[in-house]
Amino acid sequence: MATEEMEQLVRREYTQGFVTDIESETVPPGLDESVIAFISQKKGEPEWMLEWRLDAYQQWLKMKAPSWAHLNYPPIDYQAISYFSAPKSKDDAPKSLDEVDPKLLETYEKLGIPLHERAALAGVAVDAVFDSVSVTTTFKEKLGEAGVIFCSISEAIRDYPELIKQYLGTVVPKADNYFAALNSAVFTDGSFVYVPEGVTCPMELSTYFRINAANTGQFERTLIICEKQAQVSYLEGCTAPMRDENQLHAAVVELVALEDAYIKYSTVQNWYPGDEEGRGGIYNFVTKRADCRGDRSKVSWTQVETGSAITWKYPSCVLRGKDSVGEFYSVAVTNGRQQADTGTKMIHIGEGTKSTIVSKGIAAGNSEQAYRGLVKIGPRAKGARNFTQCDSLLIGDRCGAHTFPYQEIGNSSATVEHEATTSKIGEDQLFYCRQRGISEEDAVNMIVNGFCKDVFQELPMEFAVEAEALLNVTLEGAVG
Amino acid sequence: MLEVKDLHVTVEGKEILKGLSLTVNPGEVHAIMGPNGAGKSTLSAVIAGNEGYEVTSGSITFEGQDVLEMEIEERAQAGLLLGFQYPVEIPGVKNVYLLKAALNAQRAARGEGEMPAPEFMKLVREKLAYMKMDPSFLQRAVNEGFSGGEKKRNEILQMLVLQPKLAMLDEIDSGLDIDAMKVVAEGVNSLRDSERAILMVTHYQRLLDYIEPDYVHVLVDGRIVKSGDKTLALELESRGYEWVTEESAA
Repeated sequence: MATEEMEQLVRREYTQGFVTDIESETVPPGLDESVIAFISQKKGEPEWMLEWRLDAYQQWLKMKAPSWAHLNYPPIDYQAISYFSAPKSKDDAPKSLDEVDPKLLETYEKLGIPLHERAALAGVAVDAVFDSVSVTTTFKEKLGEAGVIFCSISEAIRDYPELIKQYLGTVVPKADNYFAALNSAVFTDGSFVYVPEGVTCPMELSTYFRINAANTGQFERTLIICEKQAQVSYLEGCTAPMRDENQLHAAVVELVALEDAYIKYSTVQNWYPGDEEGRGGIYNFVTKRADCRGDRSKVSWTQVETGSAITWKYPSCVLRGKDSVGEFYSVAVTNGRQQADTGTKMIHIGEGTKSTIVSKGIAAGNSEQAYRGLVKIGPRAKGARNFTQCDSLLIGDRCGAHTFPYQEIGNSSATVEHEATTSKIGEDQLFYCRQRGISEEDAVNMIVNGFCKDVFQELPMEFAVEAEALLNVTLEGAVG
Repeated sequence: MLEVKDLHVTVEGKEILKGLSLTVNPGEVHAIMGPNGAGKSTLSAVIAGNEGYEVTSGSITFEGQDVLEMEIEERAQAGLLLGFQYPVEIPGVKNVYLLKAALNAQRAARGEGEMPAPEFMKLVREKLAYMKMDPSFLQRAVNEGFSGGEKKRNEILQMLVLQPKLAMLDEIDSGLDIDAMKVVAEGVNSLRDSERAILMVTHYQRLLDYIEPDYVHVLVDGRIVKSGDKTLALELESRGYEWVTEESAA
């Protein structure tokens, strides 16, 4: 296929771009202690929480943004960002969907997520985050019966201070890295999940994150705690309206799995990637980490990353408990001028710990993608095992895929396997499919979905369908 | 059905076909033979729409439609299907999925809905058995790790499922042992009826013992220099191509 034609095809518009006009209560851009105090006060937080934030802020001031990633972007002016924006309706928080701002609901409709219907039909409890404030929570009662706590992190700070004090920042410390420190200082919302001992959460928990106010960074903070023998599956999905300015997103997700607990955390990320030149896309700097504290505990990260201008994200597992298990299944798709540096860390500390990494990277257009993975086996992790499979698929000849696998093996009884492949969707493959009557786009989708199927089968059913559709939209016309 | 008129084709500036004309009617089987480099494969590739070839003049029509104006997939949907000499491997995509996608794309182009899954599976299993292929083929990635013979069988399997109006076979016999060739030939023969036509490109007469052509054309240096019935193929087998070349030059 000719290059011009390809270029023409690669142009696609972000189908979920729009802005909802809702009166925001926003602080002016800039960050200092008074802004942090404002956030803390707006959230009705206790004094100790404010101190926690200010301590994080002080540490952040001494830190530098990391530069080791295979990413290229202009320096971020942190004083140009507004750190708090809440929809007006927040002050008299709605008790039910009827009380929710109709425009908000309209936004969800446009995104193809009719909240009430969808939640009811799919049996999914939705804690919808819209501009940093949880607007509505459904199925709370059913969860309550099971003893599961599912609420916004702000509510949790007010209502369950002991759990917050015990766990917040214990997986990702305040000063873990530059973006985590920033998040710790200014986080405005996010989800909190607590599953008591022996309880299997009766439904998939789902949160849809949206970013909707100009110049407002989103700093989500999520904390999930699974007590002994407890299980939960958490789904996180994201889309965002079209914007001109780069939007910073620096979330922190902490997972704690105690003895025999199992946490499955699935993400479909579809933030605005910017226009053809890469202008206006979301910067996504996320710290996600799981602590498998208990023996035989298990955490499974599954992610489908299609959006953002820049992605910097390494969901990790610290395998502390004996025979604990960490899994990472990832599909990352980049098109246009997107850049993604993503992967995982598996830190084996306990005896007999196991980890599996399956990473599928698809690069199209002028995009750049890197897989960065660390497998670290500590001296006490006798008989630890890791299997890593890392595949890249290139579409066209102006994109790049890079693999940076790091291994630190401190124990001779460990088994570590690494497999990697790079392939390209060839013109001959497309010709072959088209010669059978299949359109070029369908052929690309077919090949890409085939490439990703190992990961898709790890997603909860309804998410797998969505993910496949999302991939098709992302790669629309990305043929070469 | 297929009308090729005074076709000139170049590849990277070099003229391969130099005024080729050919008419194929429904129900007919045509064999194109000729020495290496004569342009045999180029003809079927151009009809199929391979973008590596440039048509500089001439025309191709299929059932009255201007083929050169059609997209690759539109040609396939119209019933022009090419059996590849070197079938392409597509890792990760199951054979059954390709078959289904292709069949439904062709049905959609005809304004028909998707074939229900049970009906589709029944059809595919029947054709598989005909091609003496194990059902496990369906779950394997398209052509990945297939032997030469398996790939060729797979090409014919696709033809049997998709039922093209004009099946073009590019050296479908290459790399086949005699048993595999018989199976492939049987598959091709099962496509023969009064509505369909077959255009085979081959190097050797041997295939024509199993798929008997109505017409044999000799392609030399980008032109059809001699046409005849199947006895021409036998003559080529015993005398080689040189005499035809000389005859046409005279």
